[in-house]
Amino acid sequence: MVENRPFLDFLTHVVLILGVAVVAFPVYIAFVASTHPSSTFLRGAAPLLPGNAGWEVYRNMLFEGVSTSGTPPLARMMWNSLVMAVIITVGKIVISIISAYAIVYFRFPFRALAFWMIFVTLMLPVEVRIIPTFQIAANLSLLNSYAGLTLPLIASATATFLFRQFFLTIPEELMEAARVDGAGAMKFFKDILLPLSRTNIAALSVILFIYGWVQYLWPLLVTTDPQYYTIVMGIKRLTAVADAEPQWNLVMATVILAMLPPVLVVIFMQRLFVKGLVETEK
Amino acid sequence: MQTKRAVFPNRGLPYALLAPQLIVTIVFFLWPAFQAAMFSFERTDPFGFRTTFVWFQNYERLLSDPGYLNSASQTAIFATSVTLLSMSVALLLAVSVNRLLRSSRIYTTLLVWPYAVAPVVAGVLWWFMFNPTVGILAYMLEFFGVRWNYRSNGDQAMIMVVLAASWKQISYNFLFFVAGLQSVPRSLIEAAAIDGAGPFKRFWTITFPLLSPTTFFLMIININYAMFDTFGIIDAVTSGGPNQATNILVYKVYADGVLGLNIGSSSAQSVLLMVIVMFLTFIQFRFVERRVNY
Repeated sequence: MVENRPFLDFLTHVVLILGVAVVAFPVYIAFVASTHPSSTFLRGAAPLLPGNAGWEVYRNMLFEGVSTSGTPPLARMMWNSLVMAVIITVGKIVISIISAYAIVYFRFPFRALAFWMIFVTLMLPVEVRIIPTFQIAANLSLLNSYAGLTLPLIASATATFLFRQFFLTIPEELMEAARVDGAGAMKFFKDILLPLSRTNIAALSVILFIYGWVQYLWPLLVTTDPQYYTIVMGIKRLTAVADAEPQWNLVMATVILAMLPPVLVVIFMQRLFVKGLVETEK
Repeated sequence: MQTKRAVFPNRGLPYALLAPQLIVTIVFFLWPAFQAAMFSFERTDPFGFRTTFVWFQNYERLLSDPGYLNSASQTAIFATSVTLLSMSVALLLAVSVNRLLRSSRIYTTLLVWPYAVAPVVAGVLWWFMFNPTVGILAYMLEFFGVRWNYRSNGDQAMIMVVLAASWKQISYNFLFFVAGLQSVPRSLIEAAAIDGAGPFKRFWTITFPLLSPTTFFLMIININYAMFDTFGIIDAVTSGGPNQATNILVYKVYADGVLGLNIGSSSAQSVLLMVIVMFLTFIQFRFVERRVNY
């Protein structure tokens, strides 16, 4: 602090507490709604204080699901989301780290071309190329499978760039020393580069896990079989009940469960999360 | 392009290492993009029997279609509002946290978690609060005499999706502003304080100008976010309605192509969107290069 200004300090805390309240309010309301029985919502405005049906609502949603909208139990959907997020995280990291290694530590024809082809993927989000990508997934019979959920999202320009930048900062002497000692390309990668990249991999995993978990449009397109619904897209199926008011307590329980895992990851791995975020977006 | 001074001599290995990434890129990125470009020059008759090559007709139709132009202007309004709102709130919070020493950590934790909330979830949360029959905010507005019904009032629907999209993005902007504020030299601030500049004057004449690289970077990222990542919010909350008021470009591609099965027009829209993304990415990278040279 440059100088002591008690009033400004007070104001600072007021602003921050208001900020935290605004950020948390929608989630609080959703949580409260998920602890009431359906009948509460027939009486008008949603409640502001928790009810006592929470246990029942969550148990029903987790293990039985809603038969009217044809969704499986949430436990199943959360499992699918977890599988999808983990495959995407591991897949992206593996294929990015080896391609960054190839680009930095080898000289070969078409190296620049390969680099630019990867770069282009940065520019083509799923949302702008939905129809042709869907057709290809259908032709390869990837619909309704974990491969279909993950493969088309698994190329990663950002991860490749991150590893490339990092490899460029590793001293030349390390590799020269390794070669003098007789280490080949794969041994150098496994015994020196991978251990050095540990923190980067961990930080990136946090970001990629969130990326994989929050995917919405792609799962919506490639899954028609409820066995493969992910929880984030399952919300849509719950809210879109024909012509009726949604069952608010059930929808809100789904919403809370859908955001719980990634939010916990951010809160408990805050340092890695911040590092990953600030570095990938450069 | 940069490489190491000494490299490994292997010939086949680098191709093998690159293969997985390149195969996925070609099959799921380049080929679909190429196909979208092809489809955008074609028209298929309603029964799907015949496809004719129509040159730029899809584009001409699109650019003279009031529906598309409306969607473009709604997108501009949406992106500008989300960017301004989420960035100004985030800056205020970041400056506040930056003033504190001991409690900054706990406030940061309490502010960053919405980053992990899926856009569709953010949409549903605000949709619930603004629902005309049960929503809390809708009740409060009613109490103050505002007739709230986003299902018939386009402006209200727009306000709702802007709030939901900004709410989710505050955490992201906040983190980058905090990082930017920490790199502002203390000595400058202290010198200004000795010269008698108050906290507000110091902020506007020293801190804010020095933050401009961060601000510019976030502006590009936020426009990008509002244009492409908010699909889930629109889809869950308004489905582009009422009366096209929230039908932003990325939603229109989906609505026309997947729901309306107008492949030619949808592909032309895809191609125009790709051009926009490329432009934004280009600016972003130019900017990053410049910052590295500082």
